[in-house]
Order: sequence, then structure tokens, then C-alpha cells
Amino acid sequence: MTIEANDPALSIASEKPTSLRPILEWIARRAEPVVIALAAILIGLALFSLFILAVGKSPVTLFQLMYTGGFGSWFSVQNSLSRAAPLLLTALCVALPARLGLVIIGGEGAVVLGGVAAAAMALPLAGTAPVFLTLILMAIAAMAVGGIWIGLAGFLRHYRGVNETISSLLLSYIAIALMNQFVEGMLRDPASLNKPSTRPLPAEYMLGKIPGMDVHWGLVIGILACIVSWIVMEATSYGFAARIAGGNVRAAQIQGLPVGKLIAGFTALAGSFAGLAGMIEVAAVQGSANASLAAGYGYTGILVAFLARHNPLAIIPVAILLGGIDASGGLIQRRMGLPDATVLVLQGTLFIVILFCETFYGRFKIFNPDLWKRSL
Amino acid sequence: MTKLLSMNRRNFLQASAAGALAGAMPGLIGSPAAAQTALTVGFIYVGPKDDYGYNQAHAEGAAVVKALPGVTLVEEENVPETVDVQKTMESMINLDGATLLFPTSFGYFDPHMLAMAAKYPDIQFRHCGGLWQEGKNPANTGSYFGYIFQGQYLNGIAAGHATKSKKIGFVAAKPIPQVLQNINAFLLGARTVDPGITCQVIFTGEWSLAVKEAEATNALVDQGADVITCHVDSPKVVVETAAGRGAFVCGYHANQSPLAPEKYLTGAEWAWGNVYSGFVKKAQAGEKLGNFVRGGLKDGFVKMSTLGPAVSAEGRKAFEVTQAEMMKGGFSVFKGPLKDNKGDTVVAADKSYAEDAIELESMNYLVEGVVGSTA
Repeated sequence: MTIEANDPALSIASEKPTSLRPILEWIARRAEPVVIALAAILIGLALFSLFILAVGKSPVTLFQLMYTGGFGSWFSVQNSLSRAAPLLLTALCVALPARLGLVIIGGEGAVVLGGVAAAAMALPLAGTAPVFLTLILMAIAAMAVGGIWIGLAGFLRHYRGVNETISSLLLSYIAIALMNQFVEGMLRDPASLNKPSTRPLPAEYMLGKIPGMDVHWGLVIGILACIVSWIVMEATSYGFAARIAGGNVRAAQIQGLPVGKLIAGFTALAGSFAGLAGMIEVAAVQGSANASLAAGYGYTGILVAFLARHNPLAIIPVAILLGGIDASGGLIQRRMGLPDATVLVLQGTLFIVILFCETFYGRFKIFNPDLWKRSL
Repeated sequence: MTKLLSMNRRNFLQASAAGALAGAMPGLIGSPAAAQTALTVGFIYVGPKDDYGYNQAHAEGAAVVKALPGVTLVEEENVPETVDVQKTMESMINLDGATLLFPTSFGYFDPHMLAMAAKYPDIQFRHCGGLWQEGKNPANTGSYFGYIFQGQYLNGIAAGHATKSKKIGFVAAKPIPQVLQNINAFLLGARTVDPGITCQVIFTGEWSLAVKEAEATNALVDQGADVITCHVDSPKVVVETAAGRGAFVCGYHANQSPLAPEKYLTGAEWAWGNVYSGFVKKAQAGEKLGNFVRGGLKDGFVKMSTLGPAVSAEGRKAFEVTQAEMMKGGFSVFKGPLKDNKGDTVVAADKSYAEDAIELESMNYLVEGVVGSTA
């Protein structure tokens, strides 16, 4: 980008003392995604206000309720965090393959199969094996199954040229059918008459709450998974290679990068996170595997990942924000008499505006680090 | 917000006035004042409130409660059977001051409602589905359910008179006892008209899966069925598809006659308004709510849609005679000798089960004449 000498931003930059420049450069580099994302959210909320006005309700009341319901009290914060916990992992299932240029939308399938695998693993162990060992084995089983499921979509993409978006979505339907087959067949607890489920985990085998909070450990596991994923993506050669392959597959192949293995590996890792989300649903919430596992976490994860621009660290605040919107959705229904679809309209509006605002990256000179680096 | 605050204040004033009066004149103020006691009641639905089905039936019941004096109603729809419903219950308790909660979906009971009941022992929880067990589940929880298969039996009588092909069809969600009761009752009702009638059943595998429900309905009509009913959360798709293909329909859960006025014979509807106002009036009067509440046609838990124009005079007569029998209570839809569709005897010749028979709760068979399989 060429910078005109009479650019006002440039003159501001040149007035700053040289010692400040590295700091300003650092800020400029990182401010761009934050400012654009926040601006997009504000524009989205403004558009949504128009919608609320159009149906004859007060946007001010609505935003007050959103704050009260999502973040206004310790109870509301915990409510939002509980709802965010599974989204952290299902968002990673979308974000990691996205860095390789793949659009995986079938995380739901890995969640439900992960849950079934965890419940099946627990059946022979619960009551006899130590609690910690049982939980670890449940997690391994869930991650293995979830990894294979999404890894399959990656494998088909690279080796058979099958579109991974379609295949992962179709695989998720197969997964839900398989879950129903297992839960209503082989793995069914005969005592679960009208709601077919696997045999419930004994209470002492459940993954408990975080001390001092009414939120289960899934939140901590999810945050750790996001941090680990970020480190893998940003600070390891595998992550670097994946990003190269995501930028330009041909270039990566010419460089001799193992694109096939990268795709299979990262889709499998992504799927294992979604599978882990299924295990946490079973071990921390449901106590058994049943049709409630297909609650749409896999699909909401797509939204979270896109809003976070597939940055694993950004997934954390975005998931909490969406958890908060979800938590406040109930209050909006109850107090304003608006239907549940209101929250979907808000989510959809935010999604479209944020995707639209992607086009603004690199358009504002103020965020150009070179501008601040240049000594004049 | 303002509206809600003023609402609360009004209720609060009413309540405190009633309390003060009752305190001042204990002899004069009896139950009428108690019936005015402010009470916030929460209803939670798993799907949309206007689904022409399961959730609408509950929402119509909630609307009856809303009209009672002193009641503030809070409702939330589309709440999944996950941690979401736990938090919704807590939110109703903490932010709205609800003291009586009706989580209406079957899957809300274990572990979600039980977890909240343990955490909030002063709040009353009543769950639709009949899972509550004495000694095992806490005293502040309970179940209510209705013998709606009685309604499907009456549907069957109307269907038996309407069918020309002697083939009727049933679109079902899952092969669980409650659904199997309905399928079997529907065929048994039809067979009172003509023992040669058969009923084809198709299981979709999910409670709410519009595309599969439409496919199943079309498949049933293609195979010659000319009266269709269903047990899925929202019968809207089945009713509209069947009527569109020229078949008669019997409704389920709520009244679907507006969707197909010409083709709608009758329907098995929930009458939750009676059940909910019973609970709420007891709660306002400070009486025990009861932990295990059940009933059928006789008890006003279940009702029939008004018979449609397509029902013949003969059909109407048979329907009304049996309905009158059922209203007396103790009518046995399931009585021996009864075989399942594999040829095994499921009810011995000397047995008969009234609507409240415990044996019906674990039904795992399809009776002779039903074409389909539970597995």
C-alpha cells in the first residue's frame, strides 16, 4: 500500500516520539480485529434495534434485559458461562480446519458419537474402576470417535476430492441415526422406558462443578483446549504448515509440505474436540447418552468459530458472548413476550454483519503497522 | 420492564392486602382471599408454543392459568433438554420469583428437573410424563399425565367408520410405551367397526422431523391408507399432507381441525388447562399439590375434538356410545385375548386392563393387525 505524504494519519505518526513507535506498531497490529469486530457487533445491534422497533417493542428495554439476563448478576454470569462451555469445543471443530481452508460444519455428529462412545466406555467401568481413570478413558474414547468422524471428512476431501462441507454435514446425520440406533438398541438401559438412554453414570462418577461456581468443569477444559489450539496454530511448525496450506494448497505442495497428513491430522484434532464436548455433556450434564445430545451445539459452534475469525483465543470471548445472548433470550421471551426466534434474528444479524465487515480488513491505514514503524 | 414491575407491585399489594385482612379477621376471610394469593408460575416448552401439537397443548393450558386471579405467568419456548433448561428454571426462580414450575417436556425430568429440585427445595416442580417415584424422587417434585390412548381409541372408531380401503395409517416418532399404546388403541378402536381393518405404522425416529413426517404420510397414502393419525410433537405436517392427498385425518395433542376442516374426523387432545388450574389453585390455597397425578377422559385430562363434517351418522353414534362408556371410568381398551403382530399372546383371555393399569406402562408390542415393527 502506498502512503501519500499528506495523509493525516501519517502526520500524526510522525509527530510521535521514536521510542513510542514500537508500542504503537504493536497496538496497531492487534487493534484491527478488535476494533472491526466491536464495530461489527455495534452495527449488528443497531440493525437489530430497527427490527425490534418494527415489531413495536423497545430496543432499550431489550438491551437492558440482555444485560440483566446475560451478565447482570453472578447468577447470570454463571448462566452464560454454562451455556458457553460446550460451544468452546464445538467452535474449535470448525476453527481448526478453517485455518487449512476447510469448511467443516458437521461437528454435531462428532458431539453425539463422542457422547455415545463415552457412555459405552463407562458401562463396564462405572462402579468398579477408579473415578479419574474412568473419566479419562471416557474422554479418550469420545475423542477417538469424534476424531475419526471428522477426520473422515478431511480424508475424503484430500484423497477422494469430496467436498468436506457437504460430507461433514451428511456424516452428522448418519451420526445422529447411529446414536439413536445404539441408544434405542444395544446400549439401552431397559429401565428407560419412554426416553431411551444408556445406563446412567453413578453420581460419584460425574464430572462436578468448578469450586465456588455453578458451572461444570467443561468450561475449564474448553478454555484449555482453546489455548492449546492457539499455541499449536501460532507457535508450532505444524500450525505454520497448516496455515500455509490454508493460504495456498499448491504453494504448500510445491514447498513439499505433507498437505494430506495436515488435513487428516487437523480435521481429526478438530473432531476430537467435538467428541470431547459430547463426553462432557454425558459426564457433566446428562449422566447418560440419549437423544438430548443432539442439542445443536455443533451448529452453534459454526457461528462462534466464524465470529471469532477462526482464532482459537477469540473463540473464548465470542462463546461467552453467545452464551450470554442465549441466557438472556429466555428473559426476553418472558418479560417482553417476544418469541424465541428473536434471538435467532439477533444471531443471524450479527453473523451477516461480521462476515460483511471482514471486507474492511486492510482498508484502514490507521491499522497499518508500517505506518507507525516508518521513521521520517 | 416497567409493565412487569407494576404488575409485580400490583400483585404484591393484592397479596399484602389479602394477608393483612386475613391476619386481622381470621374468622371472616377464608378460602376466597386465599385464592387471590400472588403466585408466579413458570412454563417451559421444548418446542414452539404454536406448533399445533404437544407444546401448543401445554401453552393453551398455561393460558388458562394466566387468566386466574393473582397469577403471573412466565413462559419460555424452544428450550433444549440440556443445561439450558436447568438454567431456565433457575432464571425463572431467581429473576422472576417463580415458585411453581412446569417443565413440560419428557426429557426435562432426569437429570435436569431433579437437579434443580435438590438445589431449590422450597420451589415446587411438576413434570409432564409420569416418572415420579415415591421414595426415590424429592417431595417438592411430582408428575402428571393423562391416558390419552383413550382418545386414540375413539379416533380409531371414527377412522373405522370412515375408511373404505380398510387400511389406516399411523405416523409415529419412537417405539416407546406411550406411543405404542396410542398405535394399538387406534387400531383396536377401528377394529370394533370392522375386524378386518389393518393399520400401517411408520416410525420417523425423532419427535420433530417435518420432512420425514411428510414422507411417511405420503408413503402411507401410497400404500392405500385412507385415514391417517400420528404421534409426533407437531401433527401439523401430517395433517396437512394427508388432507392434501385426500385422506381423512384424526388429530393428536391439540385441535388441528383448522388445518383440514373437511378431512378432520376428530382428535385426541390434551386438556391441560384443567390440570394446571387444579395445581395452581391448590398452590394458592396452600394445599399439597400431589406428587403423582393422572387422569383420562373422565377426569378432564384428555378431551376429543368436535366431530368433523365427514363423520357419518353411524360413526357419530358409535363414537358417542363408547365415549359415554369411557366417561364412567374403568373402560378396558386392552382386553384379552389379545395377540401381538408376531402371533404371541400379550393379554391373556381372562385379563383386561383399565386405563390406569400399571401393565400398560411398559408396553413393548404392536397388536395383531398393526403392520410394522418396534425394532
